[in-house]
Amino acid sequence: MEILALSGVSKSFPGVKALDDVRLSLRAGEVMALVGENGAGKSTLVKILTGIEKPDAGEILIDGAPVDFGSPFDAWRAGITAIHQETVMFDDLTVAENIHMGHHPTLGRGPFRRFVDWRAMRAHTSAVLARLEVNISPDTVLRELTVAQKHIVGIAKALSHDSRIVIMDEPTAALSQHEIGELYKIVAQLKAAGKAVLFISHKFDELFAIADRWTVLRDGRFIGAGTIGDVTRDELVTMMVGRRLDQVFPKVTVPIGETVLEVEDLSHPTEFDGISFKLGRGEILGFYGLVGAGRSEAMQALFGITRPSRGRVRIAGREITVRNPSDAIRAGIAYVPEDRQIQGAILPMSITENITLPMVDRVNGGPVLRPKRERALARRFGERLAVKATHWDQPVANLSGGNQQKVLIAKWLATDPAVIILDEPTKGIDVGSKAAVHEFMGELVKSGLAVILVSSELPEILGMSDNIIVMHEGRIRRRFRRAEATAEAVVTAATGGA
Amino acid sequence: MTSLRYEVADRRKAAAADFWLRWEVLLLVLLGIVMLVNSRLSPWFLDYYNLLDSTFNFSEKAIMALSMTLIIVTRDIDLSVASIIALASVFMGLAAQAGAGVPLLVLIGLATGLLAGFANGAIITRFQIPAIVVTIGTMSLFRGIAYVVLGDTAITSYPAGFSWFGQSYLVWSIPFEFVLFLVLAAVFGFVLHFTTTGRRIYAIGNNPVAARFSGIPVDRYRLVLFTLNGLMAGLAAVLLTSRIGSTRPNIAAGWELEVITMVVLGGVSIMGGSGTISGVFIAVFVLGMMTFGLSLMNVPGIVMSVFVGVLLIASIAVPILIRRMLRR
Amino acid sequence: MDLTALARRREVVLLVLIALLLAAVGARAPVFLTPASLGDVLTDTAILLMLACGQMAVILTRGIDLSVASNMAFTGMCTALLSKYHPELPIAVTLALAPLIGFCLGAVNGALIAWVKIPPIVVTLGTLSAYRGMIFILSGGASVVTHEFSRPYLDFPRQSLFGVSALLWIALVVCAGMAVFLNFSRTGRSLYAVGGNPLAARYVGIGIERCQFLVYCLSGAIAGLCGYLWVSRYAIAFTEVAFGYELTVIAACVIGGVSVAGGIGSVSGCLLGGLFLGIIGNALPVIQVSPFWQMAISGFVILCAVIVNSRSEARKGKLILRETEPPVPAPLQVRPETPS
Repeated sequence: MEILALSGVSKSFPGVKALDDVRLSLRAGEVMALVGENGAGKSTLVKILTGIEKPDAGEILIDGAPVDFGSPFDAWRAGITAIHQETVMFDDLTVAENIHMGHHPTLGRGPFRRFVDWRAMRAHTSAVLARLEVNISPDTVLRELTVAQKHIVGIAKALSHDSRIVIMDEPTAALSQHEIGELYKIVAQLKAAGKAVLFISHKFDELFAIADRWTVLRDGRFIGAGTIGDVTRDELVTMMVGRRLDQVFPKVTVPIGETVLEVEDLSHPTEFDGISFKLGRGEILGFYGLVGAGRSEAMQALFGITRPSRGRVRIAGREITVRNPSDAIRAGIAYVPEDRQIQGAILPMSITENITLPMVDRVNGGPVLRPKRERALARRFGERLAVKATHWDQPVANLSGGNQQKVLIAKWLATDPAVIILDEPTKGIDVGSKAAVHEFMGELVKSGLAVILVSSELPEILGMSDNIIVMHEGRIRRRFRRAEATAEAVVTAATGGA
Repeated sequence: MTSLRYEVADRRKAAAADFWLRWEVLLLVLLGIVMLVNSRLSPWFLDYYNLLDSTFNFSEKAIMALSMTLIIVTRDIDLSVASIIALASVFMGLAAQAGAGVPLLVLIGLATGLLAGFANGAIITRFQIPAIVVTIGTMSLFRGIAYVVLGDTAITSYPAGFSWFGQSYLVWSIPFEFVLFLVLAAVFGFVLHFTTTGRRIYAIGNNPVAARFSGIPVDRYRLVLFTLNGLMAGLAAVLLTSRIGSTRPNIAAGWELEVITMVVLGGVSIMGGSGTISGVFIAVFVLGMMTFGLSLMNVPGIVMSVFVGVLLIASIAVPILIRRMLRR
Repeated sequence: MDLTALARRREVVLLVLIALLLAAVGARAPVFLTPASLGDVLTDTAILLMLACGQMAVILTRGIDLSVASNMAFTGMCTALLSKYHPELPIAVTLALAPLIGFCLGAVNGALIAWVKIPPIVVTLGTLSAYRGMIFILSGGASVVTHEFSRPYLDFPRQSLFGVSALLWIALVVCAGMAVFLNFSRTGRSLYAVGGNPLAARYVGIGIERCQFLVYCLSGAIAGLCGYLWVSRYAIAFTEVAFGYELTVIAACVIGGVSVAGGIGSVSGCLLGGLFLGIIGNALPVIQVSPFWQMAISGFVILCAVIVNSRSEARKGKLILRETEPPVPAPLQVRPETPS
């Protein structure tokens, strides 16, 4: 029986239509797979279901009755809980309190009936954690847990409340193989208890393993829905991307030239260990791994954000010491970070100012600003990446995610690097910009640059890289040449298998 | 890439509304109103010499507001400036008692400020502690040292030539202090708005992480700015001590808040990343002329603080509320 | 029991420090350790302790209330004038009115911060100025001095119950009330959530604006109550009462381990921080050190406290820029296996 039904749901943000006439239905005791690329509207849909965003149009029915979530609390009360992609929790509070924040149990009787019942809270937490068969004390402060443990606390939080609809937004992204197994058991338990699970994932194996039905979204639109038994993987992919897979990645193969970057035994006390690799002109080297495998950390050490404890870096055969990002920039390394909004763009500043920032002295030829020179440079690189904007003085904040990313790539190209590191370059951007970024990577290698591509998207890694390095728990697990890399082998290595 | 050629203009076409909604323009209008009201209320207000003399009351604070602007633009804050004045003034006083000459006194004042500011910056960047906490601590420490040295006594034995800095006039009866402020305002304005250093300061204030990822040595900038802010407080200490000719431990008490008020009223966001020297420059006059006008009407300074407080809040609240109403 | 391990450590450290301080002072002047003398210290510190509790609630939500001293002085003047012109009013009226006036002043802060969304430091900086000026307008610049107060106005806080002054009883009730509120009420707990991670707080249905408004009202009401107690204790009301005291209050919180980044802090820490400052202030004259040392010492202590705090956090292996970390810090080599 259908407990949740959405119809005609639309939602717009400035410049983007995130959802357009979307429908979705959930039945008790089933797992619904929600499939779509990054930027297809899945996250927005989750936000609407959990009361964080209000839809512009459309109807949400629970048990056939229309509901209107004014706040996340309303959604929670209606029996919907979500395990979010980002860990939205409280680092300085205990596990027990994280699970119960917002709805602490109270003593319920006596003169102190409205007091928080700490004992009940701890007992309940222990019970929920025991159900998940994990060994975490309810009194541990969240800050002291590992990423995977935090994720499990997130799951426990969703389960602690007797909710009927559980939304899991990429729950396995940070989990090891063993933990994924545990998660599957939990999903089975939920199903057996008659709950509806909305399961969002990129990993098709996973979906075929546990889902009963599927719904595909693309560019904010409803594309199709059905039973999992009646669909093949290829059909899902086609629906998801709207094209066939080999067309998605316009891989340009250029002969790999002399070695540009050589990294030897790069290590850090707590983040990564023994990272060694060589990168040649015209090569795209893919770094794959689970979220938190230490890829970004290693790249940031290479770029001078953090200090490695040991290791050697050579650019074109000459050993360099990188103490800070400006050393790296001088040496010809550029790093387009993963977190666009925080590490990458300076949102309130203009496109021009963003593009010229790393080079601002060189562009202006001295300490005094020369707006014409700056704008000329911004125009040159902005146009090369086909940035869509109304004018070059427009704040980057007003651009769409895809165009922001283009501005950032332009910013780093303007430094005239020998090596460009792209950390999750297509995360959260629309399909058009994604294709543009992929196409542009081809242009980069054609012009003789060496590219490091850090990505958690398997098709992207497989489709774009000449060589692939798979990291697991801070170490290099396996290396693949393009020809020998299969999806299965890469994933196995990334999740700690042989 | 996209096959369609896409035309991006160099800059936005300027609209009349842009000009009128600029903070500086609104402040100028406010300044005009203050001048008008004051001149109607008091016949002595629009007197050339009176007006110039009134600048004595705010020049020192205004000088500190310039470097405080840079601090606030980078998302920091310095609550210890008034205490640095006290510390610098005490050391100058001790040196004067020991018979130091005028150049040495000035040097001691400036050096004390510089070192105190450096101490702030060093603690903040070395231990990564929020500036507000550190400067609350040094605010107490610096003025505390002044109290330890002076207790409830005062130093008044300054050499004769020392009064020049705070009491002299240059051409056309313009006070030296005021000229110094104008020159410094021009320098600060140029650095913040027309140099790459200024660009980096804005970048840090808007997003310190991205600034670091763009190769800007964020902590070094912050350290330098705090040192500079200390130096400006040292300069203010020289001017103030010279002007009033004495040092007491409670010298310049509460000035940190007045300086910050000037900066915030000038349109500098306390969240960092925006604001202009010209805005602060006009705000200095708005507050200065308001104080002057009220003092002509014999309104005590403490009542003035009601106006200042309300003005500070209203200047931020009103634009927010208007924007919210327009959005509806 | 619900406190973070960090705070727990912090309180133990403070307790040891206070014991050492008492021992050191006692060694030079044994008279300082007599019950009567220690009682005086407590009485002298009572107002600071209450204010620190109120301030802590504000700082927990990532705010700051710089207007407490002005609020206190204004409310103090209001009650003083009332006592002067209407000496017939029962003391209960004063006791009810003082927190109410303070509450209203705090509500102005709260409304501007929560709903108009002006940064707390700007709002309270503005009201710090404005409330202080209002005292002058209200009193015309005159002071209210000893003989002008009604007897009950001055006597009430000095009355003793079970050998403890009413002032201390009030402080005890306020601080205990705050502790219960923060530890045992849902709203109190949600303050930690709001300061710890506002986004996550919104996800679990906590009204952030409501919490913000509430803490400024609370801080204001406590400041108002303290306004009466302060004026009564020193038997004088004038414009500059408690000038600059807001910084002492914030210092007590900072020493007590309250994080200005929000989300961390406990009433016990605050009380110990306040006591530490209070003991220093009272001990100096006893050991024949000029009281002019007090300010420098508290500044020094604040700096030490924040540096120690930052170092204890650094030991946890955080990166330099916290924001640079994707939510994946944690040592990667150690991965606890989940037993099945």
